Amino acid sequence: MSIGQIIFTLVVVVAFSIAAKNYKKVYRNINLGKDEDISGDEGQRWKNLLLIAFGQKKMFKRWIPAVLHLAIYVAFLFTQIELIEIFIDGFFGVHRFFAPYLGGLYTLIIGSIEVLSFLALIATVVFLARRNLLKVPRLVKSEMGGWPTIDANLILFGEIALVTGIFMMNGADVVLQQLDPEHYPSSGFLPISSINGPLLFGDLGLNALQLIERTGWWLHLITVLLFVNYLPISKHLHIFLAFPNIWYSKINSRGEMENMPDIMNEVKSMMGLVPEQEIDPNADFPEFGAKDVFDLSWKNIMDAYSCTECGRCTDVCPANITGKKLSPRKVMMDIRDRATEIGNNLDTGALKFISEEGRAANKTLSEDNYDDGKSLFDYITREELHACTTCNACVEACPVTINPLEPILKMRRYEVLTESAGPSDWLPMFTSIENGGAVWQVPDDRDKWAKEMQEDGTIN
Amino acid sequence: MADYSAEGKTPEVLFWVGCAGSFDARAQKVTKAFAKILTASGVDFAILGNEESCTGDPARRAGNEFVFQMTALQNIEMLNMYKVKDIVTACPHCFNTLKNEYPALGGTYNVIHHTQYMNDLLKAGRLTIEGGEFKGKKITYHDSCYLGRVNGVYEAPRELIAALDGQLVEMKRCKTNGLCCGAGGAQMFKEDEPGDKRINIERTEEILKTGASIVAANCPFCITMLSDGMKAKEKQEDIMIHDLSELIVQAKGL
Repeated sequence: MSIGQIIFTLVVVVAFSIAAKNYKKVYRNINLGKDEDISGDEGQRWKNLLLIAFGQKKMFKRWIPAVLHLAIYVAFLFTQIELIEIFIDGFFGVHRFFAPYLGGLYTLIIGSIEVLSFLALIATVVFLARRNLLKVPRLVKSEMGGWPTIDANLILFGEIALVTGIFMMNGADVVLQQLDPEHYPSSGFLPISSINGPLLFGDLGLNALQLIERTGWWLHLITVLLFVNYLPISKHLHIFLAFPNIWYSKINSRGEMENMPDIMNEVKSMMGLVPEQEIDPNADFPEFGAKDVFDLSWKNIMDAYSCTECGRCTDVCPANITGKKLSPRKVMMDIRDRATEIGNNLDTGALKFISEEGRAANKTLSEDNYDDGKSLFDYITREELHACTTCNACVEACPVTINPLEPILKMRRYEVLTESAGPSDWLPMFTSIENGGAVWQVPDDRDKWAKEMQEDGTIN
Repeated sequence: MADYSAEGKTPEVLFWVGCAGSFDARAQKVTKAFAKILTASGVDFAILGNEESCTGDPARRAGNEFVFQMTALQNIEMLNMYKVKDIVTACPHCFNTLKNEYPALGGTYNVIHHTQYMNDLLKAGRLTIEGGEFKGKKITYHDSCYLGRVNGVYEAPRELIAALDGQLVEMKRCKTNGLCCGAGGAQMFKEDEPGDKRINIERTEEILKTGASIVAANCPFCITMLSDGMKAKEKQEDIMIHDLSELIVQAKGL
C-alpha cells in the first residue's frame, strides 16, 4: 500500500466518522418531535417523489432560478460517477479506473460531467450575483442577516471549488495523456479540458502537470468531504432531506387541520353523544397545541431541517408582503434552530437542563425531563403567529413541500387552549359561536332573508 | 329542512347559508341571488334555518378547538339526523370545513361550492345565461384561498365568467398564486398586526391595475375585504365587487 493510499483512506474514514455523528444528531433532533404515523397512499407518494423531488416540478414556478438550479442539481447527480472513480482510484492506488473498461462511454460520461460542471459554474456565479449584487429581495430579508447569508455564500464558493478541482485534474490529465500514455489512459476528447488543458498547461513539464492533476483531484475530494461534514449544520442539507421530506408530505387535503381526538371526545361526552368519561382527579391539566419542538410532530421538524431558506414562502406570504413581522421561512428556521439548541444542550448532559422534578428525582438529562426555561415562543413571537391568514400560499410555494402553516396553527392552539391567551379581539367571536351559533352576536333569525323572499314572492 | 323532514320528502340539495350569508347585509344579497338562481333552475332546495350553526372554521383556525368541536359536532348531529347527502354553500370557508374537516368528526357529505354548482347547472342545461349585459366588459376574478389554492377549484368560476360573455382579465397573482384578501385564518375578526399596509389594499391595488370595472368573487369575506379596499381607494362607485351569482342574476334580469 502506498503512502498516498494510506493518507487517502485515513482522510476518508475520519471525515465520514465525524459526519456520521452529526447526521445522527440531526436524526435525533428530528425525533424530538412527537410520533406521527405517516403512511399509505404510496402511489401518490411515488408520484410526488418523482415529480417534485427528482423532477423539481415546483421549482419551475420561477423559470430563471429553476433552470440555474437544475444545472447544479444535474451536475451534482452526474458527478457522483466521477466521485465513485475517485474513491476507487484513491483506495486502490490506480488512475482513472473506469477509462480502459468503458472506452467511448467513458468519454461520453466525463464529457457530460464537464459540460454540466461548466453550466453549474455559470449558475453558481449567477446565484452569487443574485445574492450579493442584485440583492433579490427574498434572499436578503431580515431573517437572512448574519449566518444564513454566510452559509449560502460558503456553499456557492464550495461549488466553485468542486468545479475548479475537476477542470484542474482533467485539464492536466489531457496533457499528461500525450506525455505519459502508459500511466495516463486516454479519456478521449473532452469538450472543455481537451481545449482548456493544452491552452493552460500545454507548455508545463511532467512534474508540474502531475502536481496540478493531483491538486485538482485532492481539491475536489477534500471539498466533497468538507461538504459531507458541512451539510448537517447547514441549510444545504436539503440536497438529502428534500427526498424523504417530499415522500412524507401531507397527502390528504390541505384544507383539513389535524383533528384533536381528545377534545372531540370530551366535547362528545359533554354533549351526551358518548358515555361520560371517568375523569382522573389526579391527572395534570392537559396541554394542547405546541409550546416547544417536543409538541410538534417529527415531520414538522424534518420540514425545518429540509428548508434551504430560499424564501419563496415568505415572498408570497400576504402578511409579509404588507410589512407584518410574519415570515414563514423564519418560522421554519426558528424551529430548526430551537431543535438544534435542545439537541446540543442534551449532548452536554448538564444538570441545569433537567427540570426541577427531574433533578429532585436524581434523573439524568433526557428529552423527557428537559427544561431550559425557554420554548419555541422565545423564537417565534405571538405577533408573527397572529398575522397568519392561513391562505396556504407558503405551502403551495415550497419546492420541497414544507408546511409552515401547521406549526403556526399548533402554536395558536397552545396559546388559546392551554394559556387561554391570544388576541382579545377573538373572544367575542368565540363566545358568539359558543352561545349563539354564529360568528357575530345577532338578534335576527338565520332565515330572515328567506322569509323576506317568500313575502315578496321570489321564492316559495 | 324541518318541513321537508316532517313531510317525509328529501330536497335535491341542502343550501348551507353560513353566518355571513345569513346575517351580513352585503352577503345576504348573495344568498338571495343564489336562491333566485336555484329557483330559476328548478332546484328543490332546503335550508336549515335556525338549526344551522357556524361551521367553526374561524374558531378552529384561531386555535380554539373546543369551540370548533362544539359547533361542528352539533351541526353534524343535525345533518346526520336529516340524513343530508348533498350540500351546496356560497362560502368557501364553510365549503372547506364541511367537505374536508367534518369527515374526521363523523360527518361525511357530498359538498360543493355554489360556483361549481351553478356551472354544473349550466352544463346540464338547467341554467341558461344570456351574456348581453356583460358582453365585452372587463371582468377580473379574485380566487379565494379556500376555494382555489386549498381546494383546487379554479376553472368552474372562470367558466361562468366565460358564459357571461365577459372579457376575463387575470390579475398577476391568480390561481395557485392568488393573493389572499386578508380575511382568512380568523383575521376577519381581529385588528391587523402592525405593518405597512392592509392586505386588502394590496389586493385592491392589483385589481385596479387590471383596468376591470367588475370584480367577480366567490366568498363573502373576500367581498367585504375588497369592497373596503375600494372604499379606501375611493373607487367604490366605479368598480363593483360582486359574487358570481349576482352577476348571473343581473344577466338574467331575475
